[in-house]
Amino acid sequence: MSRAATVEALRKRGVAKKTAEALADAGFTLEKLVSSNPARLKKFIPEKDAVRVLQKVTAAPAEKPAAKPAKKPARARAKPKASAEGVPAEKEAAPEVPQKAPNVSKGEQEIYDGLKEVGRYLPRSLVTELAAKMHGIKVGRKKLLEVITRVSDRYESHRIDPNESAGIVSAQSIGEPGTQMTMRTFHYAGVAEMNVTLGLPRLIEIVDARRVPSTPIMEIHIKEGARDLDKIRRIAQEIEMTNLEDIADIETDLVNMQVLVFPDDHRMKARGVAYAELEERLRRSATPKELKRSVGTSAKSVKGFVVEAGEPSFKKLQRILEQMKTTRIKGLDGIRRAIIRRRGERYVIYTEGSNLAKVLELPYADPSQTSTNSIQEIYDVLGVEAARNAIIKEANDTLQEQGLTVDIRHIMLVSDMMTNDGDVKAIGRHGISGRKSSVLARAAFEITAHHLLHAAITGEVDSLDGVAENVIVGQPVTLGTGAVNLVYRPPQVEK
Amino acid sequence: MMSGLRGVTKRIKAIKFALLSPDEIRRMSATKIITADTYDDDGFPIDMGLMDSHLGVIEPGLRCKTCGGKVDDCPGHFGHIDLAMPVIHVGHVKELKKLLQATCRRCGRLLLTKQQAEEFRVEMEAMEETGGGDADFQVVTKETAREATKRQRCPHCGEEQQKITLDKPTTFRENGHKLTPKEVRERLERIPNEDLRVLGFNPDVARPEWMILTALLVPPVTVRPSITLESGDRSEDDLTHKLVDVLRINQRLRENRDAGAPQLIVEDLWELLQYHVTTYFDNQTSGIPPARHRSGRPLKTLVQRLKGKEGRFRSNLSGKRVNFSARTVISPDPVLSINEVGVPVEAARELTVPIHVQSYNHDIVKEWVKRGPTPAAPVGEFYIPGVNYVIRSDGRRIRVTDKNAEAVSETVEIGYVVERQLVDGDIVLFNRQPSLHRMSMMAHEVRVMPHKTFRFNLAVCPPYNADFDGDEMNLHVLQSEEARAEARVLMRVQEHILSPRFGGPVIGGIHDHITGAFLLTYKDAKFSKEETAYILSKIGIRDLPPPGVKKGGLEYWTGKQVFSMILPKDLSLTFKSSIAPKGEHSLRELREEDALVVIKNGEVSSGTIDENAVGAFKGKILDKIARDYGPDAAREFIDKATKLAIGAIMVRGFTTGIDDEDIPEEAKKQIADVLKKAVADVEALVEAYKRGELEQMPGRSLEETLEVDAMKTLGRARDTAGQIAGKHLGMENSAVIMARSGARGSMLNLSQMAGSIGQQAVRGERLSRGYWNRTLPHFRKGDLGAEAKGFVRSSYKSGLHPTEYFFHAMGGREGLVDTAVRTSRSGYMQRRLINALEDLKVKEDGTVRNTADTIIQFRFGEDGVDPSRSVQGKPVDVDDILQEILGEEPSWQERLKEQDMASYGLTEKDMAPEISDEEVEVEEEEPTTEE
Repeated sequence: MSRAATVEALRKRGVAKKTAEALADAGFTLEKLVSSNPARLKKFIPEKDAVRVLQKVTAAPAEKPAAKPAKKPARARAKPKASAEGVPAEKEAAPEVPQKAPNVSKGEQEIYDGLKEVGRYLPRSLVTELAAKMHGIKVGRKKLLEVITRVSDRYESHRIDPNESAGIVSAQSIGEPGTQMTMRTFHYAGVAEMNVTLGLPRLIEIVDARRVPSTPIMEIHIKEGARDLDKIRRIAQEIEMTNLEDIADIETDLVNMQVLVFPDDHRMKARGVAYAELEERLRRSATPKELKRSVGTSAKSVKGFVVEAGEPSFKKLQRILEQMKTTRIKGLDGIRRAIIRRRGERYVIYTEGSNLAKVLELPYADPSQTSTNSIQEIYDVLGVEAARNAIIKEANDTLQEQGLTVDIRHIMLVSDMMTNDGDVKAIGRHGISGRKSSVLARAAFEITAHHLLHAAITGEVDSLDGVAENVIVGQPVTLGTGAVNLVYRPPQVEK
Repeated sequence: MMSGLRGVTKRIKAIKFALLSPDEIRRMSATKIITADTYDDDGFPIDMGLMDSHLGVIEPGLRCKTCGGKVDDCPGHFGHIDLAMPVIHVGHVKELKKLLQATCRRCGRLLLTKQQAEEFRVEMEAMEETGGGDADFQVVTKETAREATKRQRCPHCGEEQQKITLDKPTTFRENGHKLTPKEVRERLERIPNEDLRVLGFNPDVARPEWMILTALLVPPVTVRPSITLESGDRSEDDLTHKLVDVLRINQRLRENRDAGAPQLIVEDLWELLQYHVTTYFDNQTSGIPPARHRSGRPLKTLVQRLKGKEGRFRSNLSGKRVNFSARTVISPDPVLSINEVGVPVEAARELTVPIHVQSYNHDIVKEWVKRGPTPAAPVGEFYIPGVNYVIRSDGRRIRVTDKNAEAVSETVEIGYVVERQLVDGDIVLFNRQPSLHRMSMMAHEVRVMPHKTFRFNLAVCPPYNADFDGDEMNLHVLQSEEARAEARVLMRVQEHILSPRFGGPVIGGIHDHITGAFLLTYKDAKFSKEETAYILSKIGIRDLPPPGVKKGGLEYWTGKQVFSMILPKDLSLTFKSSIAPKGEHSLRELREEDALVVIKNGEVSSGTIDENAVGAFKGKILDKIARDYGPDAAREFIDKATKLAIGAIMVRGFTTGIDDEDIPEEAKKQIADVLKKAVADVEALVEAYKRGELEQMPGRSLEETLEVDAMKTLGRARDTAGQIAGKHLGMENSAVIMARSGARGSMLNLSQMAGSIGQQAVRGERLSRGYWNRTLPHFRKGDLGAEAKGFVRSSYKSGLHPTEYFFHAMGGREGLVDTAVRTSRSGYMQRRLINALEDLKVKEDGTVRNTADTIIQFRFGEDGVDPSRSVQGKPVDVDDILQEILGEEPSWQERLKEQDMASYGLTEKDMAPEISDEEVEVEEEEPTTEE
């Protein structure tokens, strides 16, 4: 929750503006306040105020029975992320827990009723499909029940068997097509100017849970005026990161121990940077000055900026030069380039480089459609559940693009495994494989000696539940037919 | 062996890991080792030497002095070496450093106040309760140690702490002053048990001072057997060599110390001992040179034995060598069922199945034994199985020979096991590496055959990814009734027709099967009485159905009619053929091409049967039959469909050659013109670029813009050339039939043969490297034109110019490199995936859990559907059920009509465009060379 939102939320609850601002400046959010005590607040505001604020804040949830921020702030924060809206509910007292599944429609309700009548079960996806297909078809109740029974019969027979080694099947299903994938990077779908990692390298990147993908890309949708090309251009210019060296020539003056900055009008115009803006940006470090600059043989006087090194050190001068080059004039960190593309009626901005948090803060960005291919960023901004969905989407898209069909259930299992304990874990020795409970399984995978030696010190006990361990000791594994026992009791022979 | 393991119900419950204390080492030791010599002059092991016969036996005939067992009975016994001075165990130096830093140098207590220690203890307990893994504990203990290390003064005794550093690999220093292992050990002894627990130690099984070795365990000789060379010389194992070094130095150290030698000498020897013990454990310790063999090869010591792909774990424990297996070259046999495998007689005579002699089979088994190992087949038969071994009730094996067969057969009693050679119908496992998915190992039924290769039906090539250019495959004979039953039920080929990867068929027609099916059913193909009889004889049909067409007094049978004979009688299905032109087309257009397959009640009323009907991966009919009629029906269908197709192709005959790419002179000229123009266009672009008039693409440099434009122009030119060529290649052309029906090749391949090969690319760009500013010396420096940067104007048929040829090779080389890199990278990815997911299973309640019983998914794939049973990913084929139940309902009929669908069976799903576009694209990447 941003500072402004916090202030506003507190004001709504009748907290004085000054107090609210003081609290917000101290880094408090509503959630933190709720779980705080007067003693802590005392440091920032008078004690009397603190008690009052707390009363007001904690009283608030009572008005909204749906939300329980005090109990599960962490959960509540994670919830909105997976939803289609994806908007952190800012102005409300507490983030509302959004309903993830759409409401049950009339047709669906009819089928649910039918299911109840025949005492069967169908997953929601199937109910929705059936409802859509049955829509507009007039049939009697009896026929409907027959359809429902038949569908659930078929569904039952298509269920996965207990003790199925779902993990191995999924791993094989994703790994096997790997040999058929290409290794090269290609142009991003429809955007010829951008390269994007696809195929096997991308898939490896996804299961490795790299912090930054090798080609981060964002797709930014605009809430209003997405058909207005000029507006989109302005936005694109605004978010594109512009460093000083992009719009100015930077030189060192060794005689006076200075760094000279000569803004280039053409480039500034192309990047949409006004001179005043530039001056504002550089005010802290550089002083504006009329400078003489020799171009070829003639010298002319131009507007420029001077940065003093302060001391006669070439090293420092060089450092200032580098610093000036990478001074950000405008735009968002990490967004190296923004390209506008037409998608149907609307325009969409594609960016090279990614910064989801900052982009979502833009008032005109449509958070429900804006996305990035950086899974780690989605995790940081929107939470695990969103990261889980992002892994599924990215992996599925990668495979699909290569023309390989892999059932989405396999990808879901991998994704669920990676996100099982609340953060994104890699598939490999630093992630899931390194955290297995079995010593033998870890030793058999990688860094054998380390695991064995460490196991001895901590006195680990391997209870031989997994596959690798049982293979090692030569026992049947505990999957499939190895998980069950059959006992045959011969018929009693009568004497 | 058989009887010994039968009905084993015992299971190893758990394996506990612990450190060995010096006491324990001495207690479990069979003998103390003191001399560095191994054998005496007569070749017998020296007592208290490294090969002492108390440590087990490796030579047949000798007996172990500890247990009295012979070679195979004695598992070997440990010995020990008493070290003159203690040394540090390299594997534990990091832990030792942590301990020394975190505890007081005087009183040995943890450098934390009681309260702090308590906090960490509580945290760990909480973690235990919530089921934290080993990794989580490590985090806490690390934090504890870091916290303790920060403290300068002991909170318990007030002693000022010194800075402890580790000089890799095994030297500890306190303020730069060296700590001897002895001193380290003394300090560790002082650490109380409760403090160790907080640091992640379990003092019950691992006291820290045990990490400083005072006694060294000597592994049994069975672990380090010496080999006798032909010359009679002995060659010792690397471990033995290392132990010899340890013993020698140990001896010298002891002598010097006892003789009161100068401190300097003792210390040097002590360090040398440390070096040898260190390299004995791990010969790749960083910071010290690896110990080498006389030949200069680094020794393979304990850690090296365990780790890596060739280490104990991965090559002996996770994967094991097996008996009763065979490997040979494979070749095709279209007559075999997909469930079968042809096994050469030579292999069948070696591979055996154990048969338990019971009262019901006593007589017949005796009869088998009497035949001996190489029975002559009676007239009319070609092979009958013999018996190789008879195993008596006490486990003794008797080799059956032609000579003793008669005698042995008389001794066979109930309770014996007889190893019978393979016969037709035995179930075996068949495998081709790399085993990337479960279909890489399937169960087949044996058919013993002459000649020396394994043979199987061509429809089974796709799941194994096999071809017959020299591929070899493995075969394993199952040895227990339980295994055979499981293999038959779960692993048989017919059970794997539908892939769990995408829920479609992986077994099905390929190459000629598709061509044959096409020839059989395209448009109104019809066959005379003789031809029809011949084709139908392939699937064992004797009686001809009534003829479909009568013309000129002759009777003809249509191909569609013939094909319909193998379809289930109630099958209704509609879909697009593979020959259907790309893109959206009306049903009428499709009908004209005979590309809309309509099957009603088991009759093909229109459409061509090709890859989309019976092909592996894509076959719609196959998919439907496998799902709705079961594996038996599917197996029968594949067997018959492939045989029919082969019958048809044999009747019609089929050939392709270079003349299939013949196009008229005029077309050639047209193509030449197109290409010439394209080259000129590129030239114009280059000129524009040089003049600086090229319009820059947003976000691209001028050079990049030129490249993109040039690529586009030349790509288009190739496509146009292909289209012109394609116009003259009609459906009567064999190559076109193969490409369109999906049997082999693509239209792109054809246009490259007849039209133009097109632009060659490396890393997705036009060729640019080679000489300075040019690709080859045949061009001017800085030439950016089409020809200079890898455009191949010629076609494969016309042949390539020398420069073109070279460019083509450059493009081809990239493909080869790419393939090589890809296999290793994807192999490692798959290994990691398998390792991460191997323990997951679906429980009875439908949740997916790991071995720690953590729920990974509440329902597999959110709907609990098995992908191999799903309908192209969907849980249930709703359309099908609706059609079945509501077929006659007026409102349903209306719906079908509305959607411009045929009157039956045709549903949206069937009309969905194919994914084939991408696959053609992929095809292009592949180099044309086939291994």
